[in-house]
Amino acid sequence: MSDTVTKLLLAALCALGGGCATEPWVKPYERQHLADPIMSFNRDPLSSAYGHHVYQVREGARGAEGGAGGGCGCN
Amino acid sequence: MAATRRAWAGLVLAAGLAQGAILPEERGDAMYHRYDGGGVTVDGPAVLVRKNFEETYSLNATYYVDNVSSASIDVITTGASPYGETRTEYSLGGDYLHDKSIIGIGYSNSDESDYTSDTWYFNVSQDFFGDLTTLTFGYSQSQDDVYQNGNPDFAGNIDRHNYRVGLSQVITPELILSLGYELVTDEGYLNNPYRSYRYLTNPQDPAAGYQFAQEVYPTTHTSDAAALRLMYYLNWRATVGASYRYYTDDWGIDGNTFALTYTHTLYDNWIFDIEYRYYEQSAANFYSDLFQTPSQDSKDYRGRDKELSNFNDQTLSLQLSYSRPVSYRFADRAALSMRWDRIWFDYEDFRNLEDTAAIPGEEPLYNFEADIYRLVFTLWY
Repeated sequence: MSDTVTKLLLAALCALGGGCATEPWVKPYERQHLADPIMSFNRDPLSSAYGHHVYQVREGARGAEGGAGGGCGCN
Repeated sequence: MAATRRAWAGLVLAAGLAQGAILPEERGDAMYHRYDGGGVTVDGPAVLVRKNFEETYSLNATYYVDNVSSASIDVITTGASPYGETRTEYSLGGDYLHDKSIIGIGYSNSDESDYTSDTWYFNVSQDFFGDLTTLTFGYSQSQDDVYQNGNPDFAGNIDRHNYRVGLSQVITPELILSLGYELVTDEGYLNNPYRSYRYLTNPQDPAAGYQFAQEVYPTTHTSDAAALRLMYYLNWRATVGASYRYYTDDWGIDGNTFALTYTHTLYDNWIFDIEYRYYEQSAANFYSDLFQTPSQDSKDYRGRDKELSNFNDQTLSLQLSYSRPVSYRFADRAALSMRWDRIWFDYEDFRNLEDTAAIPGEEPLYNFEADIYRLVFTLWY
């Protein structure tokens, strides 16, 4: 019984740690669309960082946008 | 005139989140940006350079300038003079790739005549499950110094901490999901030293007029933001994206942000993007367009920044990019992008004090539009 529990715990730890080979449900040969630059959330890093900065200056919300600048000329 | 007390994460963080265990692509970007709206013009150049070494290390550097000319509604209606100034920002960062992990560190500095900010940041990302899942977390710490032009006796400072986690997940061969959460805490002088609130001269008689006094803010601010983003590939080589962000803080502001994007490729070299974004927020609990009485002490908070008020804005964005292979020395591809954004701001409890004939509290509500232009030249090498 304790052996079974130990195995289950090891399996859980293994999965959480990513140390075991997991069969990917999207195969490497199916990833050509995912690799297309237009699938990126951040295709133009400099331009989008500037956009986040503009919104941070003009809006009360902040954070979870993926990048930003600080200081401003915003009065 | 630094009024922002926002999270400083550094320009280079933008690409750090929601990416797998590959080093950032080697590229150089040069951008001209311009913001024009509400009596404020901000423009300037920006540069980003990334270079990888031995397929294990990556360095990045950015340079960014804001040239500000301001005669905004706040400046005009409080009797201040229109002003101009320059903000300059530098950052330097590095990434180290080991197996399926990337560790990144960096430093940023922003400097203007009355505000400086120094930030250190640290990011880690790890791929799991056949590289279909990427977990990221990061931390940054900022030290800001606040000054007031024309008042050499004034100085304040701010300590800021950002904690963020992110998860990027491949759902199908055409669909990616991204989740992000960020906690930001500030402590220190969080006012804008130039801004004022207004209060009635005689609370019993609004027609008697109003007066201005310097704003009184809390000295701490903690916020939470959580975002969900989706990107879906369409079989004619196009994508649709959707995102939502929820924001809440201990000043009483709750915000919602929605965005939809569509990206379309034309022939082999052209990419066209269109985006619609909607943002709304509630007011801070110490915000009022017109207070009945002045502040009684340092805990009796008073704020009239329109960014603390109840408002919404909408953005329409169009972008056209042209890229092509090149064979010039070290470069192998080049691109030119043009982007235009129009933002409509609509305030629900911030009034336009340019109407001096109205009884205080009955002035028309303020609104304005802003245009943003970006021209970006990129080389990949």
